[in-house]
Amino acid sequence: MSVKSTPRPAGQKPPFWRDRAKRALIFQLLLITAVAAFLLYIVGNTQDNLSERGITTGFGFLSNTAGFGIVQSLIDYSSQSTYGRTFVVGLLNTLLVGGLGVLAATIIGFTVGIARLSPNWLIARLANVYIETFRNIPLLLQIFFWYFAVLRTLPSARESMAFGEAIFLNVRGLYLPQPLFESGFGLIPATFLVAIAASIALMIWNKRRHEATGKRIPAGWLSLVLIFGLPLVVLIATGVPVTWEMPELRGFNFRGGITVIPEFLALWLALSIYTASFIAEIVRSGIQAISHGQTEAAQALSLPRNLILKLIVIPQAMRVIIPPLTSQYLNLIKNSSLATAIGYPDLVSVFAGTTLNQTGQAIEVIAMTMAVYLTISLLVSMFMNWFNARVALVER
Amino acid sequence: MLNKKNLVLAVSTSALALASISSAHASTLEDTMERGAVRCGVSDGLPGFSAPDDDGNWQGLDVDVCRAVAAAVLGDADAVDYVSLNAVERFTALQSGEVDVLSRNTTWTTTRDTTLGINFAGVSFYDGQGFMISRDLGISSASELGGAAICIQAGTTTELNLADYFRANDMEFDPIVFDTSEQTVGGYQAGRCDVLTSDTSQLAALRIQLDDPDASVILSDVISKEPLGPSVRQGDDEWFNIVKWSLFALLNAEELGISSENVDEMLESENPNIVRLLGQDGNYGEGMGLEADWAYNIISQVGNYSEIYDRNVGMESPLQIERGVNALWTDGGLQYAPPIR
Repeated sequence: MSVKSTPRPAGQKPPFWRDRAKRALIFQLLLITAVAAFLLYIVGNTQDNLSERGITTGFGFLSNTAGFGIVQSLIDYSSQSTYGRTFVVGLLNTLLVGGLGVLAATIIGFTVGIARLSPNWLIARLANVYIETFRNIPLLLQIFFWYFAVLRTLPSARESMAFGEAIFLNVRGLYLPQPLFESGFGLIPATFLVAIAASIALMIWNKRRHEATGKRIPAGWLSLVLIFGLPLVVLIATGVPVTWEMPELRGFNFRGGITVIPEFLALWLALSIYTASFIAEIVRSGIQAISHGQTEAAQALSLPRNLILKLIVIPQAMRVIIPPLTSQYLNLIKNSSLATAIGYPDLVSVFAGTTLNQTGQAIEVIAMTMAVYLTISLLVSMFMNWFNARVALVER
Repeated sequence: MLNKKNLVLAVSTSALALASISSAHASTLEDTMERGAVRCGVSDGLPGFSAPDDDGNWQGLDVDVCRAVAAAVLGDADAVDYVSLNAVERFTALQSGEVDVLSRNTTWTTTRDTTLGINFAGVSFYDGQGFMISRDLGISSASELGGAAICIQAGTTTELNLADYFRANDMEFDPIVFDTSEQTVGGYQAGRCDVLTSDTSQLAALRIQLDDPDASVILSDVISKEPLGPSVRQGDDEWFNIVKWSLFALLNAEELGISSENVDEMLESENPNIVRLLGQDGNYGEGMGLEADWAYNIISQVGNYSEIYDRNVGMESPLQIERGVNALWTDGGLQYAPPIR
C-alpha cells in the first residue's frame, strides 16, 4: 500500500517546525541555553550568598603564608611557604603514592594473574586465595590493617630493627641510606639514556631484518645487557663517584638518609595489594579469552613456547586487558585520597584538609582538588587509550 | 523565532527569580522557634567540653553553652539538636546553616572572625597550647623538644602555633597530622610521635583517656593564647545577641551569687541587679525577641558559670583543671561580663 504525498508547490518551503534538521537545532539551542542559564544561576547565587555572609572569596589566599608543617615533601617546604606551595606538595605526594602504587599493582597483578593459570595446583590455589581475600575486603580496612595492626607493632626508634647498620625499621618508618652524587656522576644517567636509545634501534633493526630475511637475534636479552651493563661499566670506570649518607639516631629520631614514613608504606601496600587482586583477574580473563585453538595451531607449526606467548597470546590478550586495566589505574589514584584517614600528607589531607580549614575557602579549595583528580584521571585514560590503539588488533 | 526568544527570556527570568528567593532567608530565631530545638555544633568527643556520656547524652562545658541558649530561646535546656563535627568540618557546617551555634572548643582568631563569615560571641574558656610527653623521656621544658615527632589534629590553630614556636626557637620537628582527636591519641600511644600537642585543657582531657595516664606528663610551658568560645553566622545580629547574652547571663549569675539551687529564692531578692537579670523588673529579653524570664530559665536549668565549670572541667570532674585565668574578674581572673541594664 502506498500513500501519495501531495506535491508541495515549488518555491514554498515547509514551516520550520516541520523541518527535522531545524527542529533539532532549536531543541539543542534551547538545551544549551537552559544549561548555561542554570550554571550562571548557580555561580551567581553562590557569589551573592558568600558576599552577603561576609565570606572571603577568590584565589588570593594561594600566595599567603601557610604557616604549618608537612611531614613529607618532595620539594623544599617550610612553614614559611605559601598555600600555593602546600598545594604542589600535596599534589606531588598524591602522584608519588599513585605512581608507585600503579607500578607495584601492575607487577603483583600480572604475576598473580599468570600464576592463577599455572598448571601447578598449589601455585594456582595460592593465587586464587590471594585474589579472593584482598578483593573482598574494603580498602579502608586494609589501610587500617597495615597501619594500625602491622606497622604500629614495630619497635620504637631506640630499639629499631637494624639491617647492617645502614637500614633501620621502626614505628616511625623505614630509614635508608641516601646516595650523595659527586661530580662526574652525570655521566651514568647519560650512558643509561644512550643505552636505551641503542636498544630501541637494535629492536627496530632486528624486526626489519626478521621480516626481510627470516633471521633474528635475541634482541631482548642484548638490550637488557646493554641497558644495565653499560652504565655499570661506566660507574666502575669512573671510580664509583657516590657516597652514602647513613641515617643515625640523634635525639628523638633518626636523622639523615631517606625516611619512608609509615603512613606512606601503609597506604602504598594497601593500594597496591588491593588493586593487584583486580588486575590479576583482568589478566587471567584476558589470557583465557584467547581461543585455545590458536595456541594449538602455533604448536602445530612447532613455534617455541616463548614465541607463542610473545607473538600469539600476549598481543591478543592485551587487547582485552587494557580497557579494564585503565579503570583499575584510575581507581587506584582516586582511592589514594583515603590517605587522610591515616594522616599521609596527600592532596586531600594537606590541601582539602588543613588549608581549607585555615583559610575557610571551601569552594575554591574543593574545586581545585576536584579539578586535579579529574585532570590526572583524564591524562591516564588518554595515555591508556593511545596505548590501547597501538596494541589493538590490526584488521586487514 | 519569537517562540525561542520568549523561552530564553522565561528561563533567565526564572533563574533570576530563584536567585532572589534563595538569598532572602528567615531569621535564625524564627527558624529555631519553629523547629523547637537549637542546632548546635559540638566536637567529635572531647571529655569536659563535649562528649556523650554512657547513656548517649552530650555533656560538657561547650554543651552547657548550647543548653543555655536553648533555655533562653525555648525555655527548655534539653531542646538541642547536637551535630558532631571534626575540626575541618566545623566552619563549613556553620556557614552553610547546618548548625546555628558552633560551640566546639574553637579559638577566636582574626582570620576566623573576619574572613569566614562568622562572629565569636564571647569567651567561654581561656586556654593555651601545651605539650604532653612520655614521663620516661625526662624532658621538663618545651625548649628541649627539638627534632621531635609531634602528633597534632588537622585544621586547628595548634598546627600554626606549633610551626611558629619551633621556628622562633630555631628547632626542627616532624608534624604527624591526624583527622580526629581519637586518632591523634592513638598515634601518640603507639609511639608514632614523641609529643602530643593541643590546648592544655584538651591535653588534660585526653590524658585521662590514656591506658596509663601517669606515664605521661603535661609540660608547664604554654606557647599560645587560645580563647575558646561559641560562634554564630555573620549577618543575623539578633541571634548573635542571644548567644552573646546567654553566655554573659551565666557569668553575671555567678557574680551575683545566683545558682541553680537558689534561683527561686533569688526571685524575692531586692538587689536591683538580680531583679533585672531575673526579669522581675522590665523585660531585658524583649530586645532579643525573648521572654522576660530568659535568664531565669538559663540559671534554673543549666546553672551559673562556676557550676558549669566545676562539674565539667573543674575540681568535681575527672579533669581537675584549676579556675586560674577562668576565675571571675572579682577573683583575679579574666572572666568579665557586661552588666544587665
